[in-house]
Amino acid sequence: MLDYSNSEVVLETRDLTKHYGGVHALEGANFKIHKGEHVAIMGDNGAGKSTFVRQITAVEQRTRGDVILGGQSVHFGSPIEAREAGIETVFQNLALADDLDVPSNLFLGREKIKFNLGPFSILDNKAMREATMAGLVKTGVKIPNILNPIRNMSGGQRQCVAIARTAAFHSKLTIMDEPTAALGVQETAQVENIIRTLKEQGEPLILISHNMRQVFDLMDRIVVFRRGRICANLHVSDTDPQDVVAYITGAKTGEEFPEAR
Amino acid sequence: MSQSHGIGGLVFDEKKKARAPEWNVFFALILIVVVFEALGAMLQGQSFLFDSADRFDTIFNEQRLKIIILQVAIIGIIALGSTQVIILGGIDLSPGSVVGVTAMITMSFAQVAEVNGLANPKAVFGPAWMDLPVIVPLLVGLVCGIVAGVINGLLIAYTRIPPFIATLGMMVTARGAAKWWSKGQPISFPTDSYAAIGQGMNPVIIFAVLAILFHLILKYTVYGKHTYAIGSNELASRMSGIQVSRHKVLVYTIASVLAAIAAIVLSSKNLTAQAGMGMMYELDAIAMTVIGGVSLSGGRGSILGTVLGSLIFGVIISGFTFLKLDAYYQEMVKGVIIVGAVVLDQYRQQRAAARM
Repeated sequence: MLDYSNSEVVLETRDLTKHYGGVHALEGANFKIHKGEHVAIMGDNGAGKSTFVRQITAVEQRTRGDVILGGQSVHFGSPIEAREAGIETVFQNLALADDLDVPSNLFLGREKIKFNLGPFSILDNKAMREATMAGLVKTGVKIPNILNPIRNMSGGQRQCVAIARTAAFHSKLTIMDEPTAALGVQETAQVENIIRTLKEQGEPLILISHNMRQVFDLMDRIVVFRRGRICANLHVSDTDPQDVVAYITGAKTGEEFPEAR
Repeated sequence: MSQSHGIGGLVFDEKKKARAPEWNVFFALILIVVVFEALGAMLQGQSFLFDSADRFDTIFNEQRLKIIILQVAIIGIIALGSTQVIILGGIDLSPGSVVGVTAMITMSFAQVAEVNGLANPKAVFGPAWMDLPVIVPLLVGLVCGIVAGVINGLLIAYTRIPPFIATLGMMVTARGAAKWWSKGQPISFPTDSYAAIGQGMNPVIIFAVLAILFHLILKYTVYGKHTYAIGSNELASRMSGIQVSRHKVLVYTIASVLAAIAAIVLSSKNLTAQAGMGMMYELDAIAMTVIGGVSLSGGRGSILGTVLGSLIFGVIISGFTFLKLDAYYQEMVKGVIIVGAVVLDQYRQQRAAARM
């Protein structure tokens, strides 16, 4: 079992908190992920997993607390800024435009241009095509023709396109929010292979998943959320699925998290 | 040329690219021409598009071709805008009324001071506003289009009311403004330079130039890419960092500016402007767009398709005249064709979904 606690911290949150009016969706989350580490975030529905991710990726603005990326405290105004800083997110509902081809989807919102004419800037289609090929090779995704609209591709291929964005843009951190929730067995395997590839390449990853087998197969560490608080931080080698379920349901709480009791 | 990628590398094959849907529209156009040729041969004993009588030294009946293109050119200009709005996932019901109000206002700035030695009987403004250089009415016209389009765009992008309602409001309001402008009176007697804009085949040339321009813009610029992306998946576009609201305002503005250009060409061609000008043009424009394969659910279609759609439109109208059928039939058949095109689009979508 590899121990990452001595390697460089990629992302850290301190006292990260989000209140929606009187609802405390996230309360004092202290979290770290190290270089090369793959961390799973688990918890019941409404436990604060997605809220946690939304604060990091600036889809919402946090109530309080710090997000520290590569040693620097950051305040992103929008998901785009977070992405430009190197946090790549694969959303639960695929953020893909069905009628566009693969390169257009990979570069959606950050198209390569030949020369700048404001909104009428000329696209550099060739460069985007080549970068797409390179990104797909890196993730091991196979797609017959990248210039077809993705409407006609399988769910797995589409998910792979979404994930290939990560590889194409050399991100510092990848976050996946239940990437296999809507996929079949074979397609799930395909996505899991990509996650392994990212692992081999030393790319850090946060995975939100309900799939216990997947988490134990692929991840190094499990962070459990319950009622808006982190209630456990477990190394995969020190725990087992029953144990994790106990933390998720509230039967157990990690010793270092007294306030989550 | 083939290139492999991925582990175990499947082949990247240019031939695997799906056939462009514009081909279907093109085949439909050919089919309709063939039907009219056959009906012509049976009922009239003459050819529809070909120069069978050999009156001229040409293969085609050039006069009929010219009429076909000329009668769709002005609405075609509007359809270029409708195409972009519909690809964006919206709808614009206002261009017909924008044509009306723009024609009225523009024509007021394009009038001559004297007609046959007498003061212009239709003068809107005082003598200081007569005989202005042609650039003045042109700029006034464009400003009308921009104002209408920006209002449409802002309403749709920032109040989140459906485009159907926002542009319906503009349709009624702009028509009212067109009537108010001269208390319902027509405005006539433009300067020679203004009158020259819409004469002869100029409307066709203007339509062709604008069609090529917007074809290139939709295909090769960020503007085009974002228009398709928003129409395809607005939420994904927003999450990907596209400034969706700003882009919507831009697209609706361009659509209204195209309507304003149509107004300039039309009023110049007719040498007059009336408050009722452009009535129902928006529906014909949407019809051309839909016949041209642009999907009403957004994200799919092209300028090329719309140009072919406008030709189908023109061929059908000409064909009915050629067969000496009543004009009433034209409208009834138009309605059937519009619904038919949408049904076909739905069917194509279902088939595509079933294949997945």
